[in-house]
Amino acid sequence: MTAPSPLSSAYWRGCRQGLPFVLVILPFGLLFGVAGTEAGLSLAEVMGFSILVIAGASQFTAVQLMTDHASTVMVILASLAVNLRMAMYSASLAPHLGAAPSWARALVAYFMVDQVFALANAEYERAPKQSLAEKLAYYAGACTPVCPLWYVATLAGAWLGKAIPPAFALDFAVPVTFLAMIAPMLRSLPHLVAAAVSIVMALAFSVLPAGTGLILAALCAMAAGAQTELWLIRRRAAQ
Amino acid sequence: MTVAELYGSPTIWLIILALGIGTFVLRYSFLGWIGNRPLPEWALRHLRYTAVAVLPGLVAPLVLWPAATDGQPDPARLIAAGATLAVGLASRNTLAAILGGLTSLYLALWLLG
Repeated sequence: MTAPSPLSSAYWRGCRQGLPFVLVILPFGLLFGVAGTEAGLSLAEVMGFSILVIAGASQFTAVQLMTDHASTVMVILASLAVNLRMAMYSASLAPHLGAAPSWARALVAYFMVDQVFALANAEYERAPKQSLAEKLAYYAGACTPVCPLWYVATLAGAWLGKAIPPAFALDFAVPVTFLAMIAPMLRSLPHLVAAAVSIVMALAFSVLPAGTGLILAALCAMAAGAQTELWLIRRRAAQ
Repeated sequence: MTVAELYGSPTIWLIILALGIGTFVLRYSFLGWIGNRPLPEWALRHLRYTAVAVLPGLVAPLVLWPAATDGQPDPARLIAAGATLAVGLASRNTLAAILGGLTSLYLALWLLG
């Protein structure tokens, strides 16, 4: 028996390490399918979101703001703001994958979801000397259990959505999903301050047209998080 | 009025396409065009907080003034929100928080009627 090639072992390592995320993607995709259908989107539109956008939190944001009757521009701006973090992901991966051909970089970009980024970033930091081909194979492996499942789970949710009776209070599945995403993010004082400012300002601005208040609140919250971080750095330096 | 009636299919597709293209541009940005140049420190310092700056503001009115109860604060939904946050903070696990939140929602709806 010959040893497996480094490429196939990198691919399978990615696959294996991506596998636990099935437990996150499946219910999350189901919920998006249900929420989109409940909001009145057609099956094609719900699938359009999951295939063309492929970013859960911003998809939920868009559907929620449409339910709130926000203007088209505000729906787009606020949902894109949720995805700004992906520019940061792109910057972190660039030193490792920047030399790949542009079609490969385009595929890497399309599949750059939170879970795949977290896996790839950790893997490249653990073993930075791997060849570019191995790094790409690992990335493809990590995408395999995660990304196609997002489409399938959305489809299943969109089909199921109409069959679920109102007694299940699925209206509140969306806030629960958001809160469940937020809680693990609150890992430092600046994150807590940003979240608190976001809540207070969004409630204070809730008289503004839907979406406008959210963008203003998010800008205040980002500044508050950044300033808190600077304040912590200065305080540490002074000690 | 449903979302479909309010926006109409062409506008909904415009939103999907704009969001799809915009998200791709964000993901492709450094990898595709900017290369290895690092982001300036002040930009990183703000980008770190984008998700935590948008999502809490989006969810707060949904928790306090749910549409399903005509905007009246609802004890069962408030309990479920608190439980979701508590489980999420304790476990650092999104899936556990969703399960904890939905379980407490159904328990609270059933107990409080």
